[in-house]
Amino acid sequence: MPEVAPRANGTGSPLLAVRDLQAWYGESHILHGVAFDVAQGEVVTLLGRNGAGKTTTLKSIMGVVPRREGSVLFENQQTVNLASNRIARLGVAWCPEERGIFASLSVEENLMLPPKVRDGGMAVEQIYELFPNLAERRASQGTKLSGGEQQMLAIGRILRTGARLLLLDEPTEGLAPVIVQQIGRTIVQLKARGYTILLVEQNFLFAATVADRHYVMEHGRIIDMIANSELDAKMPKVHEYLGV
Amino acid sequence: MQALFGQLLIGLINGSFYAMLSLGLAVIFGLLNIINFTHGAQYMMGAFCAWFLLNKAGVGYWWALLIAPVVVGAVGVLIERTMLSRLYKLDHLYGLLLTFGLALIIQGLFRNDFGSSGLPYQIPLELAGGVNLGFMFLPIYRAWVIVASLVVCFSTWYVIERTKLGSYLRAATENPVLVQAFGVNVPRMITLTFGFGVGLAALAGVMAAPIYQVNPLMGADLIIVVFAVVVIGGMGSIMGAILTGFGLGIVEGLTKYFYPEASNTVIFVVMVIVLLFRPAGLFGRER
Repeated sequence: MPEVAPRANGTGSPLLAVRDLQAWYGESHILHGVAFDVAQGEVVTLLGRNGAGKTTTLKSIMGVVPRREGSVLFENQQTVNLASNRIARLGVAWCPEERGIFASLSVEENLMLPPKVRDGGMAVEQIYELFPNLAERRASQGTKLSGGEQQMLAIGRILRTGARLLLLDEPTEGLAPVIVQQIGRTIVQLKARGYTILLVEQNFLFAATVADRHYVMEHGRIIDMIANSELDAKMPKVHEYLGV
Repeated sequence: MQALFGQLLIGLINGSFYAMLSLGLAVIFGLLNIINFTHGAQYMMGAFCAWFLLNKAGVGYWWALLIAPVVVGAVGVLIERTMLSRLYKLDHLYGLLLTFGLALIIQGLFRNDFGSSGLPYQIPLELAGGVNLGFMFLPIYRAWVIVASLVVCFSTWYVIERTKLGSYLRAATENPVLVQAFGVNVPRMITLTFGFGVGLAALAGVMAAPIYQVNPLMGADLIIVVFAVVVIGGMGSIMGAILTGFGLGIVEGLTKYFYPEASNTVIFVVMVIVLLFRPAGLFGRER
């Protein structure tokens, strides 16, 4: 097992330790040695331009890319050779960019779909409390919900399972500002409940309101790490990275 | 009048088999994306399994109803694991060609050993005889086939549309990668679903044995009609497969009474009309 150095505000071994992660889609080599840590209870974002490899990094951690190599330690267990269903059973949950709400399932069936993988997940009532819209529409067809409601459903359904690490891929994409704020409040609440969150975000201003640290990706590598507290000082650099 | 009810009964019997077979095809197509042309051969294997059990081991009809689907389903699982599982990422056409070839091989092997004349299979004693309903004579075995088929079809529908296990199946039909990333062993579920669909065909084969005799080509004749049923009902729709199966059986029966010359083609005429006006089938969703 590779040596894992404690980082930033982590103590001891991190919840998630990624080292030299490589990933491919067919012939194209997307990730070229990604390395970063996420400590228990942290909210960490992956920032970067389109095509930098952020989504592929999440998918590689979840085990849904066709080919990956390197090392992904979750709670000190190597997961890089496991099938995605085994990784999920360890306590990793994924909310994909396209949300993945099932049209042939009702809202409630969508919510109840992911199997429990550990104790300590939220109760269904708590999830409905967090997202009251879903409670009202529990009998609707999943894809009849608005974009914002679908995003809430996509996040809500992985809170029930007892997963400790949530991989959220652009949860604010294409949503109205008021919904983005609600998602932001939700992420803060989930952090308070002890969830660890790895967030892919294009919306850098949003990321700054919820995250502890930011990793910047470019060309399939992590090129910088910025603590949220030093963000103001490093703003020019961030603008340069993201090309905004 | 007697003749009309007689044809209606035959229509319902045929519809029972259409429904069970097209249901299996729909379940398999939904999750595996495979158009299983071996389905007719697997129905035939179910009938032969019952015949073997009775004539070589002295095991009767009721046990055959249980054993034949398990045995033939297990053969299906083997086929899925060793062959079909390599084809999921390719076009439908490859699965169709593979299963079509397998069907020809299986039927050829059985015909080699048993010729193409039918082997008789006795109606079990408990279901022999019939009841005179006044307007028609109802053989008990045929009534049993209709009731059993209805029970099997609607139980399957219930499991898929109304239970947790069914929600995994429906979700995996839409997005298997995500369902697996939630912690469900999707490859195993796919294998078992194929086994179940094949088992359903074998069950229909056992139920058909006392009516149609046991014949290596019994499935080859039937499967063409069943594919028309699936196309009319809409690929992948569970309720569509069941209702269309029974409905077309009745349509066929009525045609036999009112215009017998068209009885062999009426289903295909319906298919053409449906395809012209609703290409996704009566119950299918456009994708």
